[in-house]
Amino acid sequence: MPATERPLSPHIQIYRPQITSGLSIFHRITGVALTLGTLLLTWWLVSAAYGPEAFATAQAFLGSLIGQLVLWGFTFAVFYHLANGVRHLLWDFGWGFELEQLRFSGIVMLAFAAVATLVTLIAGYALAGGQ
Amino acid sequence: MVEFTLPANSKPREGKRWPAPAGATKIRNFKIYRYDPESGENPRIDTYPVDLATCGPMVLDGLIKIKNEIDSTLTFRRSCREGVCGSCAFNIDGVNTLACIKAIEDIKGDIKIYPLPHLPVVKDLVPDLSVPYAQYRLIMPWLQADTAPPAGERLQSPKERERLDGLWECILCFCCQTSCPSYWWNGDRYLGPAVLLQAYRWIADSRDEATGERLDQLNDPFRVFRCHTIMNCTATCPKHLNPGKAVAEIKSLLAKRMM
Repeated sequence: MPATERPLSPHIQIYRPQITSGLSIFHRITGVALTLGTLLLTWWLVSAAYGPEAFATAQAFLGSLIGQLVLWGFTFAVFYHLANGVRHLLWDFGWGFELEQLRFSGIVMLAFAAVATLVTLIAGYALAGGQ
Repeated sequence: MVEFTLPANSKPREGKRWPAPAGATKIRNFKIYRYDPESGENPRIDTYPVDLATCGPMVLDGLIKIKNEIDSTLTFRRSCREGVCGSCAFNIDGVNTLACIKAIEDIKGDIKIYPLPHLPVVKDLVPDLSVPYAQYRLIMPWLQADTAPPAGERLQSPKERERLDGLWECILCFCCQTSCPSYWWNGDRYLGPAVLLQAYRWIADSRDEATGERLDQLNDPFRVFRCHTIMNCTATCPKHLNPGKAVAEIKSLLAKRMM
């Protein structure tokens, strides 16, 4: 080791944001979000088993604007993680490593996640519309 | 480990702003990472106005012009100036590439040049590549064969030779290696895309007889499997090779061997 420690060259601070690594880190983020969202789902189910008061509290939170935003995000995380998971499976079979294919599968995956989220939300609100 | 900020001694500061050359007609600012190991000071970003009217077309031409005409203390590696030696690999305009084949024209705004990311800096744009070289040594990058050599050469069919295309062209510039976030966070144990492409180059060689041993060596939670198919490597390779695919081939061989 030199007398004065060598500086570390800049990395994430200066690297231009890439589609490749952007989609990848978002896969990780949605994975974490899914874990937290599953806890939320568990809380909702447990509250239903616990009694009407507890369930009303859970319903009130999930029905609030913040609660609905969380559910929208959770829904998108489900579809993003699913679609990108399929992308990873295709890679594991050796398909889709050329740059154009990477970009194409990324766009298809994002479009699927967006459309599936929208459809789910529309269906969800239509079903809940009666209440 | 993931770390989003630089250590205190590594944070670059605003550096010297050199005066524009007299009579210049087409000025572009080169903003270059400088580090002087003898000063004990933090790295800094110096700004060099370069007259493109009297400068060659590539980023390396600009660097050489600065060293010749403005500031001879600027330190960087370069050799072939035509994309075959891999010496002048820097982070240019936010992406790792070779300065000699990156046109100044293709960059909008200031020309920002940093050393290859997440490496110890020896001086200015010269990073310490000891770790990637040690990793390269680890994969034993030479032909291994126990059978006695034939009278002439060890022959390959054209088809067998074809499997090396896209692998042998690698010049070990380490652009891909240092574009990989996984290598940034786990570079001490993950071998990285450049070294794994080289490892696959020997695995794919029909004349090599050590495939089993090579795969044994790579079968490790860190050495190969820290690759999360992020694919920054393939996106950045200045030779348009596909290190990400080479790593996937290794993973696939390891998986097939298990079944």
